[in-house]
Amino acid sequence: MEDINIVIAGSAGEGVQTVGDVLVETIAVHGYSVFAWQEFESRIRGGQNSYSIRISDKPVNAPRMKADILLALNEGACNKYEPLIKQDGILIAQKKTRERMIAIAFSEIAQRELGNRIYINTMVIGALVAAVGMELEVLNHVLTRKFAKKGDKVVSDNLVAAGKGYTLAREGCRGICPWLLPKLDTHYTPIAGKEALSTAAALAGCRFMAAYPMSPSTDIITILSQNEKELGVFTEQAEDEIAAVNMAIGASFAGARAMTATSGGGFALMVEAISLAGMTETPLVIILAQRPGPATGLPTRTAQGDLLFAINAGHGEFPKLVLAPADADDIFKKIMRAFNLADKYQIPVIVLTDQFLLDSIFSVQDINLSQLGPTYYLTDPFKIQDYKRYLVTDNGVSPRLYPGQATHLVTADSDEHDSHGHITEDLSGTVIRMVEKRLAKYRALKGEINPPEEADIEGADKILVGWGSSRNAILEGIELLREDDIRVGMIHFTELWPLPEYRFPESKQYWIVENNTTAQLGRLLRSEYGITIAGVINRYDGLPLTAGYIRRNFNG
Amino acid sequence: MVSIEDYKGNVEFQWCPGCSNFSILNAIKMAFVELEKMPHELCLVSGIGQAAKLPHYLRCNFFNGLHGRAIPAALGIHVANPLLTTIVVTGEGDCYGEGGNHFIHALRRNPDITAVVHNNEFYALTKGQASPTTRIGERRTLQIQGVEIAPLNMPAIAIAHNCPFVARGFAGDSMQLKSLLVEAIKNPGLSYVEVIQPCITWGTHPLSWYKERVYKLGGDYDPTNRQAALEKVLDTDDKIPTGILFRGSPRKTFAERFRKEITNRPLAELEPVSKEKISEFISRLRMSSTLQ
Repeated sequence: MEDINIVIAGSAGEGVQTVGDVLVETIAVHGYSVFAWQEFESRIRGGQNSYSIRISDKPVNAPRMKADILLALNEGACNKYEPLIKQDGILIAQKKTRERMIAIAFSEIAQRELGNRIYINTMVIGALVAAVGMELEVLNHVLTRKFAKKGDKVVSDNLVAAGKGYTLAREGCRGICPWLLPKLDTHYTPIAGKEALSTAAALAGCRFMAAYPMSPSTDIITILSQNEKELGVFTEQAEDEIAAVNMAIGASFAGARAMTATSGGGFALMVEAISLAGMTETPLVIILAQRPGPATGLPTRTAQGDLLFAINAGHGEFPKLVLAPADADDIFKKIMRAFNLADKYQIPVIVLTDQFLLDSIFSVQDINLSQLGPTYYLTDPFKIQDYKRYLVTDNGVSPRLYPGQATHLVTADSDEHDSHGHITEDLSGTVIRMVEKRLAKYRALKGEINPPEEADIEGADKILVGWGSSRNAILEGIELLREDDIRVGMIHFTELWPLPEYRFPESKQYWIVENNTTAQLGRLLRSEYGITIAGVINRYDGLPLTAGYIRRNFNG
Repeated sequence: MVSIEDYKGNVEFQWCPGCSNFSILNAIKMAFVELEKMPHELCLVSGIGQAAKLPHYLRCNFFNGLHGRAIPAALGIHVANPLLTTIVVTGEGDCYGEGGNHFIHALRRNPDITAVVHNNEFYALTKGQASPTTRIGERRTLQIQGVEIAPLNMPAIAIAHNCPFVARGFAGDSMQLKSLLVEAIKNPGLSYVEVIQPCITWGTHPLSWYKERVYKLGGDYDPTNRQAALEKVLDTDDKIPTGILFRGSPRKTFAERFRKEITNRPLAELEPVSKEKISEFISRLRMSSTLQ
């Protein structure tokens, strides 16, 4: 099938989120794959925001800008987002303003026939279900589930509202709505990046999270906090990011798998502690949820502007791991790797995400948890006679215990230290051994890193190279470019530091695709692999990369 | 039985010979002996400064982290392993200056840890600059015209925020300090012990200056009376009262609810959440997100 893109637009507080969420669920119950992403202003009321829902029969999991259907909850939303409507697309709004549209006086009808304007949202959902040719019955099922706890009256009133919206839209649809979505037997699980991340952390054995609220990272700790009983993670809102990361390091030193999450500004405050985790060899997972900077930047928008910052974060030299998951499915794998490798090598791990990745809802056909789970590397204290926390070993990894685990004394020191963790100034002996021990861990870690993903490399002489959350947009971009008779391939990195041992295919032209201004990955690859960059496609308006954007900006 | 020998470390001291830190170290060890705490049952947490080196000089678990960040690290340790006796050893530069924010919020959280704050009224390890408690007018290496900004009264702040245990000791009286530390460690909730400390290298006051000012609170002093305690620490008669300054009314401690409802074991001992539970959680996710 050709996919359908619905854009729901309105002011903050008008119900964009509710309409979008219920519609996503209804589509999923219908058996279709859904991809949803949101863009919104940094305010609680007012402004104009959008919630885009892309429906298809196989997962695309990438955003599209052009709308088949624009649902505008107010006139301002209509004015702002109308240019998105495709030529054969339609508008659904309260007043008739154009040819191809369905005009329904939602607020008037809700007030007059249902007795309350509160039913506008449910009517709107009914109208959208009708417009794309889904079954009202399925919507009714979803609404019944949603409102069950609020009692029969609320359920039946909402079903009436949904039916009203559905019926009116069916009438308005004649001749302009070509879509039909019969119920399918397939099943996809819609899951937001932030939901995948919080759940994956719990699955990875995370037991402690401290963070300071900062968009777009805040929902991670919120989800863990709201589901404390089920997921068993201790959460604490710290007084600042410095406290958050030091709490997490303390908890990890004392044996708990621990993490923190923040965005660029908060990450900047955490940088000294990243170095501390490196020096004290304390496992630590930091989620860096990128948004456009510098400084406060655009708090609710998306970017990939902190790649080199993350890789270089922390004074002095010490091993660290930087991962950048591609989508919700990959988040599960990368979060598992983050916790397990942090533990194995006793290092800080930074997971680069962004507003787009965390807030978007992806469809996963089968979240396979069987291959995922924690591997613990704490040492058995009863196999040790004379315990040295920083014992020098071949791969640099010392036996790790936590304080109180046994009678062995466990130490950590931010000063350069000896094998017992005590301050040293023995420059010619102990200091060199400790520096080399940490370097040895870096070498061992490098051997664990997976090569980048290659797609359509054979026969393509131009390759799009990207990282992190842009993967699915690039893959779709390749398909669009093929329609223009341009053959390109993709090399995509989700493990960014240390960079893997990898040979870039010879005699290809490399095009860097990034959600930033300076092509940071390009700079990194040039310095580490010596490749030549033929061109750059970058986007820095706070919106995510899309296949259409890549097609328009590729001029190779 | 625990003896003071159990705490004897074998690390070369980096303190100046004759430093009053030695008597503080001795008081801390004596307190542990009296409480019959074994070295592995303790975790000392420190930041940076001369005081922060103390954990290196006795046998114990310790985390010697970043300047000013001992308290957040200690909170993490305390939550992750509640079976440990967690003690922060810090100086006034570390705790009131670089890490002042964390101390203030520790007063809100009320964790069951003890904070021992060495207060010599200037920075020693960085060679004599003014600290948050240096008095106005005092000339320091970086303030040769004399300190122009007012000193911070952290005990007053702690009392104002109903800290469960606020005490002040004097490095010149390690027996009294030991008793205060024993009480502090036994007290549930945040225990804050400030230690007034002369410095033989950078100090400007002779020992007699301290002897004239430091005095012990008498038996008629009621530490549960917040108003009286505040008046005592705000006192401007240039005296330095020592002893238990304040005992706040009991209140919930940090992570107490989590321990009751989720677990009171070290977090490292817990089995990971089962895959079945995670699967079930994921299947209900979309619903729960729209149910709010």
